[in-house]
Amino acid sequence: MKPAPFDYCAPESLDEALSRLGNSPGAKLLAGGQSLIPMLNFRLLSTDLLIDLTKISELRGIQPHGRSVRIGALTTHQDVETSPLIRERFPLIGEAMRHVAHLAIRNRGTVGGSLVHADPSAEWPLLAVLLNARLQVAGLGGQRLIEAQEFLVGALTSSLSDDEILVRIDFPALPRHTAWAFDEVALRAGDFALCAAAVTLSTGGSFLTGGPRITDARIALAGVADTAIRAPAAERMIRGQRYLTLELVDQAAVCARDAISPNADLHASADYRRHLCHVLVKRLLGEAARSSAAFAPSSAPVVEGK
Amino acid sequence: MPFKKRIRVTVNGVRHERSVEPRLLLSDFLRHGLNLTGTHVGCEHGICGACTVLVDGRSVRACLTLAVQADNAGIRTIEGHGNAQSMSALQKTFKRCHGLQCGFCTPGFLATIEDMLNKYPLESEGRIRELLSGNLCRCTGYQNIVDAVLMARDERAQAEPVNRQVEKE
Ligand SMILES: Cc1cc2nc3c(=O)[nH]c(=O)nc-3n(C[C@H](O)[C@H](O)[C@H](O)COP(=O)(O)OP(=O)(O)OC[C@H]3O[C@@H](n4cnc5c(N)ncnc54)[C@H](O)[C@@H]3O)c2cc1C
Ligand code: FES
Ligand code: FES
Repeated sequence: MKPAPFDYCAPESLDEALSRLGNSPGAKLLAGGQSLIPMLNFRLLSTDLLIDLTKISELRGIQPHGRSVRIGALTTHQDVETSPLIRERFPLIGEAMRHVAHLAIRNRGTVGGSLVHADPSAEWPLLAVLLNARLQVAGLGGQRLIEAQEFLVGALTSSLSDDEILVRIDFPALPRHTAWAFDEVALRAGDFALCAAAVTLSTGGSFLTGGPRITDARIALAGVADTAIRAPAAERMIRGQRYLTLELVDQAAVCARDAISPNADLHASADYRRHLCHVLVKRLLGEAARSSAAFAPSSAPVVEGK
Repeated sequence: MPFKKRIRVTVNGVRHERSVEPRLLLSDFLRHGLNLTGTHVGCEHGICGACTVLVDGRSVRACLTLAVQADNAGIRTIEGHGNAQSMSALQKTFKRCHGLQCGFCTPGFLATIEDMLNKYPLESEGRIRELLSGNLCRCTGYQNIVDAVLMARDERAQAEPVNRQVEKE
């Protein structure tokens, strides 16, 4: 099908885009178009005016800021996947990009578009929630910063208001000694995940404080709720531990699984999604623990293989 | 029509200037505006890959791109690859490996593969299959397409031994 008619403009500055948006109640913002254009094609949406943000260069790019990283909302998935800065500071984000749709869609789709679209199975909301990202949003009245968990309100719903534009996303630095793992299960490579999960484990402490411990543990899930979520109860079971045993990892994964109540759809039942959550969390905690010698005292079996 | 915009595009080396409605998809602009019907349309929501073309060297879905967004861009469609008399290197590997049957999916595959070959070392068959997963083929069962990519990769590696962006892993 084809979209219903609309007018189009491509402002070159954020201020111009904000004033066009403020003056045109029926307008929609266009970024990569990889979620919006399918909806226009199928007439699930229509609009009077499409404001194309892709000519605004100030909204694009990946910059270091102290030890954290700022990603412009209009940066494409592909630019993130190949960024040396991301590879160095957030290899976890680079790894996750390989799972976002297909190359031709990654070439156009943007970080900001994905977060505003807020698909419950998408990778960017998962990463934002895991990494405690902050989203910088601009309106005619000024700018504000929103925590990822507050930004993501529900399925296909963000807390952005109609006259605001997402400008950039800040990813605060992880503690220095942090291990991570990411994986998802999808029907085919590039499909939206039935369940996606990511974990980070940070260690700190010295012999003075009784030896190294897991000072921070984070577990995030997508595809199993209205939006990407953390598994706080499971995280608490890991935090403060000296090392992980098979038993503890399994208990944490069970705890993460029992805290969710996923929807069933054409692709997977609720039970199957719960099962995937258990399997993924268990596997990823093991992977992260193994990749960091600090968690794996030679005497303790850390976790079985995949 | 109410809103028309003037665009300039270079398609397969030829410059065109047209007035288009903003809602016109790049796939329809190529097929109906320029009569380049080698770009195929399957699903119009990004799933099948049949409409994939190269815009400024990057593979994109022509069905998820507006013609107005291609203003000032350089586009390469299947018609720019070669023809029956003089085929591109990639077309020849498809022919040798029997990488097509009905040919409906082939223009999209060639655009995707061109971009893959430029961007990634394609170290394994698994990685090639992962990167081809955005293009659907109802005929070949994919094996011969994968073989064609392997052959094209090896031919290019011989032609330009170093100079490759090295992928992590
Ligand atoms: C076949 C297919 C498979 C896909 N698979 C995946 C997948 O596996 N994982 C995944 O994560 N995604 C997937 N996607 C979606 C893809 O990642 C999109 O790129 C992304 O969801 C939307 O980004 P966009 O830049 O294309 O946004 P657009 O489609 O342009 O916009 C999406 C929405 O966000 C709004 N918006 C965009 N940018 C801004 C901004 N800066 N400020 C305010 N509002 C804004 C728009 O108004 C619109 O409502 C897939 C898409 C397709 C077609
Ligand atoms: S027609 Fe564009 S992806 Fe199917
Ligand atoms: S050759 Fe017929 S669809 Fe691929």
